[in-house]
Amino acid sequence: MLAHLRRSLVMAVFCLVFFGFVYAFAGTGVAQVLFPFHANGSVTKNGSLLIGQNWSSPKWFHGRPDDAGPYAANAKNNVAGGDNPLVANGSHGESAATNLGPRSKLLETNTKALVAYWHNLGVKPTIDLVTTSGSGYDPDISALDATVQIPMVAKATGISPAHLRTLIAQQTHPAQWGFMGSSFIDVLQLNEGLAKLEK
Amino acid sequence: MGFFLTILTLVVALGLAWRYLGSYMAAVFDGRVHFLGFIERPIYRMLGTSPEQEQTWKRYAGALVVFSAVSIAFTYVILRIQGSLPLNPQHQGNVGSALSFNTASSFVTNTNWQNYGGETTMSYFSQIGALTVQQFVSPAVGIAVAITMVRGFARRNSPTIGNFWVDITRCMFYILLPIAFIAGIIFVGEGAVETLAGTITFHDALNGVVQTIPRGPIGFMEAIKQLGTNGGGFLDQNSSTTFENPTGLTNWLSIFLLLSIPFALTYTFGKMVGSIRHGAALLAAMVLLFGIWVGFTSNAEHQNNPAVAAAGVHSTVGNMEGKEVRFGDTTTALFGVSSTMTSTGSADGAYDSFTPVGGLGLLSGMMLGEVTPGGTGSGLYTMLVYAIIAVFIGGLMIGRTPEYLGKKIQAKEIKLAGLAALVMPITVLIVTALAVSLAAGRLGPENLGPHGFTEILYGLTSQGNNNGSAFGGLSGNSPFYNVIGAIDMLLGRFAIMIPCLALGGSLAAKNVVPESLGTFRTDNGMFVGLVIGVILIIGGLTFFPAISLGPIVEQLSHLRFF
Repeated sequence: MLAHLRRSLVMAVFCLVFFGFVYAFAGTGVAQVLFPFHANGSVTKNGSLLIGQNWSSPKWFHGRPDDAGPYAANAKNNVAGGDNPLVANGSHGESAATNLGPRSKLLETNTKALVAYWHNLGVKPTIDLVTTSGSGYDPDISALDATVQIPMVAKATGISPAHLRTLIAQQTHPAQWGFMGSSFIDVLQLNEGLAKLEK
Repeated sequence: MGFFLTILTLVVALGLAWRYLGSYMAAVFDGRVHFLGFIERPIYRMLGTSPEQEQTWKRYAGALVVFSAVSIAFTYVILRIQGSLPLNPQHQGNVGSALSFNTASSFVTNTNWQNYGGETTMSYFSQIGALTVQQFVSPAVGIAVAITMVRGFARRNSPTIGNFWVDITRCMFYILLPIAFIAGIIFVGEGAVETLAGTITFHDALNGVVQTIPRGPIGFMEAIKQLGTNGGGFLDQNSSTTFENPTGLTNWLSIFLLLSIPFALTYTFGKMVGSIRHGAALLAAMVLLFGIWVGFTSNAEHQNNPAVAAAGVHSTVGNMEGKEVRFGDTTTALFGVSSTMTSTGSADGAYDSFTPVGGLGLLSGMMLGEVTPGGTGSGLYTMLVYAIIAVFIGGLMIGRTPEYLGKKIQAKEIKLAGLAALVMPITVLIVTALAVSLAAGRLGPENLGPHGFTEILYGLTSQGNNNGSAFGGLSGNSPFYNVIGAIDMLLGRFAIMIPCLALGGSLAAKNVVPESLGTFRTDNGMFVGLVIGVILIIGGLTFFPAISLGPIVEQLSHLRFF
């Protein structure tokens, strides 16, 4: 028993040092040397490519209606959410999904409000545009999700739909290696492309 | 097409892992791999032990239990005092006592159930020194127990089953560390964050948004989180966040990592007992059930979400509520089944928002006892328990003393196997009954109606099976759920491990009976069918009444919303 205890203590301290700190520090060192851009959060001039943002003006393509999305904590639309102040307003917060079940009345109500929101903007929403993601800050939309927003963006910016379609095609990333996951568009990159078109 | 290729490439990669990782693991535990001897030897010197000093099953179990208790104490203390420790750039306060106890039990038992949001609760010191450490240690302990059972079959007239300290040291250094480190580099190369620099704030001039984003040493934790079938991520939303699981490739890699060791251990088993066919038979039972579950769960997630459809939006790409665009519906379902059937519990989407049948796929995957293929080690040892029960049933049918791999399965072994197989269902059903009977338990669920019950059942099934995934709507951070969950996890781990070690000891002490014409074959299709039957009866039928009240009612209550 005492032998077990002594060995357990020695082993626990050793693991704490080696599999905790040596592993994590070595990993961080390697990561910072090999991939500094990725290791620090894929941060560009306008934000992280990996974190969705709140694009509320019709001049921009919108992301998904996450906590970080255009409807965050929007009482007027009667949409729940906004429990992720982190991304939307800059204070501490955390990733979060709605966790509403498939037969949740609240989910039905929220979705109806989102549909109405899009109809007001002249957009016929796709599934991604009325559902929230798992992380709560999905940075991506599909090509179809962007395409249905063309009338809204074209009207607000005056850029021709044909140009917008070209932009969407340029920004569409295929599924990785052709089959891993799905095809997607990074909303931040898409809007940065849009900003260049406006100039 | 993409989904088909995902499956195909995974089958090929896992097939290679089965053959080569499996054989490598056998060599590691047989003591034939030495390239890290210069690290190993000083550790054994510090511990005052050596590979030659073998232990009886009782001493082995004693070492395991004491070490686990010390590990829980270390984890608990670090969480309790993290506010005064370094590496805390976000200035997180100390973690409360009930939550610390739950979290310590959770990570030491390989469950990784999280009643906290990582980015808002844990300091970097805790993430590294308390949690990542256990993500190495707890799978090693699980694998060690599985190996002792394998040795039980492989050895003859042996009073000992191995040395606990040597087994876990070798497992961590030769198996977990090298694979995790390489995978960690891939994760970061794809975009997972790995820094000690704290949050970052920036201002987007285009839309006027100001964001402050928590970061941390995430990528390398991610690698061992998946490889060790741990599942506890750095961030609250786990593998659905881009900082943990940035791309389709990392998602594929996650699925591969979490399935690789549990499947490959069946080869290790076959190799160590001298009959690859026996390992392949267990693999076949695992793969068949796993395939069926992937089929119906991914099909379910390819349907419309009933509540979203009721709001007038019909999907062409499946149920996207709680899912990420870069992964899509079926791949998220595949990840979910892989994660719940391996006791990993990581999540690349919100399982709570799966369709009723999709959610049932995840829930029932755990209820089968985490054997298809199950967790690192725990999958194999629980599977061997089921195999022993299958042999016993087969023996009864043909009226002969049951044998498995030449070892007579007698009253003592059946009692131990019965105990190991029944602990989980009994614990889970009792704690679930308690939770729905007590006001403190009923406060937990976020959703109403049958889905609320499913949230409770899912949470306690997940902890009892050391899985750790959740229907996230359940508010688990209450004294009631923290304590009952910890008990659930500890029983689900140690009340199964100890009978398994005893089984290993008892089998190792036996001699081998020569095979005869009347011996019941345990390496053919008939036996695979029998094992599957045992798994479905113990897991499926025991829980059928409970799942009828949850996901089945939910699925059948057509057009009703709660």
